[in-house]
Amino acid sequence: MNRLFAAFAVGAALAGPLSAQELEIDELTFGFIKLTDMAPLAIAYERGYFEDEGLFVTLEAQANWRVLLDGVIDGTLDGAHMLAGQPLAATIGFGTEAHIVTPFSMDLNGNGITVSNDVWDRMRPHIPSNEDGTPVHPISAEALVPVVEEFRDEGRPFNMGMVFPVSTHNYELRYWLAAGGLHPGFYSPDDITGQIDADVFLSVTPPPQMPSTLEAGTIYGYCVGEPWNQQAVQRGIGVAVITDYEIWPNNPEKVFGLTAEFVEENPNTTRAIVRALIRAAMWLDENDNANRMEAVEILSWPEYVGADAEVIAASMTGTFEYEPGDIREVPDFNVFFRYNATYPFYSDAVWYLTQMRRWGQIAEPQSDEWYHEVAASVYRPDIYLEAARSLVEDGLANEADFPWDTDGFRDPVDTLIDGIAYDGRTPNAYIDSFPIGLTGGELVIDGEVEG
Amino acid sequence: MTTVDPDFDAAREERRARLFTRINKADNWFRVLGLAWITPILKAAAGDNPRAQMKDVWRLLGVPLLAIALFLALWGALAPQVQTSLGAIPGPVQVWEQVENLHAEHERQMDRRDDFLARQDARNAERIANGDEPRYRDYTGAPTFYQQIWTSIKTVFFGFLLATVVAVPLGIMAGLSATANSALNPIIQIFKPVSPLAWLPIVSIVVSAVYTNDDGLFAKSFLVSAITVTLCSLWPTLINTALGVASIDRDLVNVSKVLKMNTWTKITKLVLPSALPLIFTGLRLSLGVGWMVLIAAEMLAQNPGLGKFVWDEFQNGSSQSLAKIMVAVFTIGIIGFLLDRLMFAIQSLFTFTNNR
Repeated sequence: MNRLFAAFAVGAALAGPLSAQELEIDELTFGFIKLTDMAPLAIAYERGYFEDEGLFVTLEAQANWRVLLDGVIDGTLDGAHMLAGQPLAATIGFGTEAHIVTPFSMDLNGNGITVSNDVWDRMRPHIPSNEDGTPVHPISAEALVPVVEEFRDEGRPFNMGMVFPVSTHNYELRYWLAAGGLHPGFYSPDDITGQIDADVFLSVTPPPQMPSTLEAGTIYGYCVGEPWNQQAVQRGIGVAVITDYEIWPNNPEKVFGLTAEFVEENPNTTRAIVRALIRAAMWLDENDNANRMEAVEILSWPEYVGADAEVIAASMTGTFEYEPGDIREVPDFNVFFRYNATYPFYSDAVWYLTQMRRWGQIAEPQSDEWYHEVAASVYRPDIYLEAARSLVEDGLANEADFPWDTDGFRDPVDTLIDGIAYDGRTPNAYIDSFPIGLTGGELVIDGEVEG
Repeated sequence: MTTVDPDFDAAREERRARLFTRINKADNWFRVLGLAWITPILKAAAGDNPRAQMKDVWRLLGVPLLAIALFLALWGALAPQVQTSLGAIPGPVQVWEQVENLHAEHERQMDRRDDFLARQDARNAERIANGDEPRYRDYTGAPTFYQQIWTSIKTVFFGFLLATVVAVPLGIMAGLSATANSALNPIIQIFKPVSPLAWLPIVSIVVSAVYTNDDGLFAKSFLVSAITVTLCSLWPTLINTALGVASIDRDLVNVSKVLKMNTWTKITKLVLPSALPLIFTGLRLSLGVGWMVLIAAEMLAQNPGLGKFVWDEFQNGSSQSLAKIMVAVFTIGIIGFLLDRLMFAIQSLFTFTNNR
């Protein structure tokens, strides 16, 4: 507690320099979904970082991603914890159209794919084992192929859940399934259920309801953020087969989204919000994740994530429990600041856009310039760097922690689970390199792929 | 006791008689408030046939208490036998622990609010010292259980009042005029069975489109919940009012014709007083329905009341969630009971029955 008061005193004293630039609005409402990675928002509120900037923030849990997006678009919420795909999809007009921008990436990694106990038992014989009997990780979706066929023979469609049509979870689940040879279904302008030509049928369930939907047997597996994978494992209703760290190490996950209008009308407020969030992210990764347990305590309060502290701690503190008893070291399961996690890289946006094209949410082929333009209109590293610079000048952050000179594209990577290399500068080449998915000029018309 | 009795004391007997009269009068009020068991105790204390009074006390107080104790024992015994993925179903002890927990959370939140206000005062003192205007902002923490209960009560009353304002005039019209009745009847019959969950998306969209003033008196979620309550709870009042008005004694209607009353006088002096018992029955039913509908409406519209509390606890999925949801269930039940008693008491004030 004393540390907390000291932090407030220091913060209050340092709030002086900022009052020179007046905030346009200081009472804000932010939305979030009950997931571990809303932590920067909770920490920025509880540790007084918002208050230091002169912002009075109400954090409201939203029922699902649809309600959250609508809330930001119609102005009920000033900003929200969003899926990285939501600002992009809204700006290109997939779903409700609105120009949403993001100046801050909230975290990397943090998702997992869990299957029901029955499906795991059927998958297990097809997965190679280590000497001690535990399955070899990462588990490829190839082990799921015979199970899907068994289900098809029994006349049951293999249903899996994800949280939103433009969620990272949807794309990661599809990536994993396609890497193992299973077709997750196409979207078309007439049919947005995303199940055209599918071997595995994906549908939407809000994250906190995933474990109960799995238990009820409506879905046989899901891809969701924490703590909902660990919740299923600890309650004995499912087994986590893979984390998204193993699908794509250090992949972008959530962003903080605001409407373009808000950012234009309130530049000082936006910068203040980003400052507070950067400070929160730094605290979460400080000293090699030393503060994580304190963060877990805060997140377990009913007004934030509300799950039991043990369940949240299972993934926030450097380990991940795949099966009851099979706990492995995954130190970077949640990354909030390290590896430039908070910088909104254009290449991250382009990856999501390529996946949208791959599965037909972007119905027509687009030029490389189009991808780069959309990324530049949605991701705002300029605001991020302004906020970071002002933090460095106030002595609250280190110069070395921020990528001042980047052109917005991360280095090309080839660490994804199927080994296909990704370079954000050449999106069409990347799209064309997939065995499963729309390539080149292919279109989905009347349920058939043409071109 | 006769006047031949040497121990007869006229003054004392008179005092006793007055006491019994007062107790009997008070009994009417105790009955209304659901405290009927107090009367036999008072009578026994005043010396009126104690053994017969004890029988009454047993029936009015003892038996209900025994039934409740039996229910708690049965619950406590059976609950731990059902294991769910969130742990065993909580028994009475766990639910009581959560009541204490919720109170403790309320205290914690109030402490944090006091800290915030203290910090705000300190900041404002600095601002005044620097010659700036002080700035006052509300505490932005999450609402506590008690605040959520209060929000639910406000919402249900708002919806209920709206429903009354719409239903009573329509009901009077339908009761007085057979033509109006035929006109309204099909609409009533079709919309009466519609569930609040079906109304909610439509109400949501309409409110979002029409009520665009963000800084207005009401939050959108409050309006959505209240209007959904109105749409579902106006039917009992409407039907009962129409029935009450239509079944006024023919003689009274003839009196109004003889006295050549105008419509307004007829309604206020004749129709309303005669129809009041049925109108109040309708109001009581409406409030009951409204309270039930409110919980569902709040869950979906995310109005920060008891419905949202239950929904959030379900989403949290912590080991305390089931017990907290049960606390909410009991709270909803107890408040529903109190609301019903309130309406019954108001009804007793305003209506005349053969017993009074």
